[in-house]
Amino acid sequence: MKTLPKERRYETLSYLPPLTDQQIVKQIEYMLELGYIPGVEFEENPTAELHHWTLWKLPLFNAKNSQDVLNEVRECRSEYSNCYIRVVGFDNLRQCQTVSFIVYKPGASRF
Amino acid sequence: MATKAGFKAGVQDYRLTYYTPDYTPKDTDLLACFRMTPQAGVPPEECAAAVAAESSTGTWTTVWTDGLTDLDRYKGRCYHVEPVEGEDNQYFIFVAYPLDLFEEGSITNVLTSLVGNVFGFKALRALRLEDIRFPVALIKTYQGPPHGITVERDLLNKYGRPLLGCTIKPKLGLSAKNYGRAVYECLRGGLDFTKDDENINSQPFMRWRDRFLFVQEAITKAQAETNEIKGHYLNVTAGTCEEMMKRAEFAKEIGTPIIMHDFFTGGFTANTTLAKWCRDNGLLLHIHRAMHAVVDRQKNHGIHFRVLAKCLRLSGGDHLHSGTVVGKLEGDRAVTLGFVDLMREDYVEEDRSRGVFFTQDYASLPGVMPVASGGIHVWHMPALVEIFGDDSCLQFGGGTLGHPWGNAPGATANRVALEACVQARNEGRNLAREGNDVLREACRWSPELAAACDLWKEIKFEFDTVDTL
Repeated sequence: MKTLPKERRYETLSYLPPLTDQQIVKQIEYMLELGYIPGVEFEENPTAELHHWTLWKLPLFNAKNSQDVLNEVRECRSEYSNCYIRVVGFDNLRQCQTVSFIVYKPGASRF
Repeated sequence: MATKAGFKAGVQDYRLTYYTPDYTPKDTDLLACFRMTPQAGVPPEECAAAVAAESSTGTWTTVWTDGLTDLDRYKGRCYHVEPVEGEDNQYFIFVAYPLDLFEEGSITNVLTSLVGNVFGFKALRALRLEDIRFPVALIKTYQGPPHGITVERDLLNKYGRPLLGCTIKPKLGLSAKNYGRAVYECLRGGLDFTKDDENINSQPFMRWRDRFLFVQEAITKAQAETNEIKGHYLNVTAGTCEEMMKRAEFAKEIGTPIIMHDFFTGGFTANTTLAKWCRDNGLLLHIHRAMHAVVDRQKNHGIHFRVLAKCLRLSGGDHLHSGTVVGKLEGDRAVTLGFVDLMREDYVEEDRSRGVFFTQDYASLPGVMPVASGGIHVWHMPALVEIFGDDSCLQFGGGTLGHPWGNAPGATANRVALEACVQARNEGRNLAREGNDVLREACRWSPELAAACDLWKEIKFEFDTVDTL
């Protein structure tokens, strides 16, 4: 029997081991197939109820493939290596956000 | 009845007035489909006309005041009768009701007409309301769910996955403090919500106010520790509307994000009042459905759940229990997905194979999130994700609390299983076929999931191959 350690989480996919770039690409591909508009967000010290993380550039309306999006994640990661980063997706037909998953946690050890 | 001919007392055949097979329903008509079993010897058209009459303007005998109105403007019309395939003496009958028969914004009024006296009518052996088509003109008089699926996600910061919940057990008999601890442990482990069982209201062993306070403390603590938004469906169902509102006001005062109501035992009027209040006050509303099986379980008599679900969507609720599908028959799956669509989609096409008798346009009324609850555990996760998709709430009970290490590791096992399935689905893997492999892979790095997978038995799903309805 084990006691569950206390750990801060960052919503969807934050209970999985950190995603490799290859895994991130696959998640982005799924989102693009569904026709969602990808974007990247970052925040240094996000709290549970913080709805708006800072947007990296603009939503990536012109991203042609998952690699374009991953490049933005990488660029964001090198510029804001002290920040949490997540990939988000927007559905302009349903007029809402549909996707958000964590792709980078600074100083993450176990997860 | 021709007014000019004067008043002629007596009993008339219903079909003369209420059976109109040539009638083309109007866009503004409310349409209903009943499954009708007439008494022996009663012709189906006469019986169907009687249903139309008794659920609208008709009385058993002619009355002189009929002459003071225009029945053609107000009467329900049976416009189609068809025998039910494979059943002896059962008919689907379709009735069109003029819009003016219904008060704006009152589901109570709609049901009082459609499933009122008519169900006790002597010419009938049994009657079941299968579906209702609400005209857009009437839909627009309802506000529906206080927030709806997309706003709920925005409020909660949760996207791209089903939500997870757990009903706290034992359902009766815990003290408020012990109850709060059980809530805290579930939430800190990774669930989004916990839930009051429906029969928890305010009993001697745990008064509502004590429960609300201990639960709110648990939510706040779990939220601070996990950095994710947490909630607990605080049940405000009570003996009077005043008491219900008092509990709702207190829930708002202590800052809880979601409350709960039992819409069928509580009643549609109370539910609509509460839904309106929730919209005005920014609380989500979870809806339980106790008593539904009393009216929706018999195939030939009562009201189908899809009708109750539609009515609830109009009355208002952000979550509604829908059943789990898993472990049931294939036909149930199609029918369940039919009413799940009616709960959350904006436009649903007629599809008899899924029990959808009418095309329904909701005209942008927000959607209700289906809650799959009861008897589910980690091995069901691949099937649940496959069947219900992201816009659903998977509600465990024993499947969290029964984990050998307790609630928090049990919750983590649920969450890990969910995220592993979501990740795999998004990567293009087939959950129906590979779901168990996906879970086994995750067991390698999650001891919490491994312990859960050891305890409960693996389940085999091959529904993609037999889904031929």
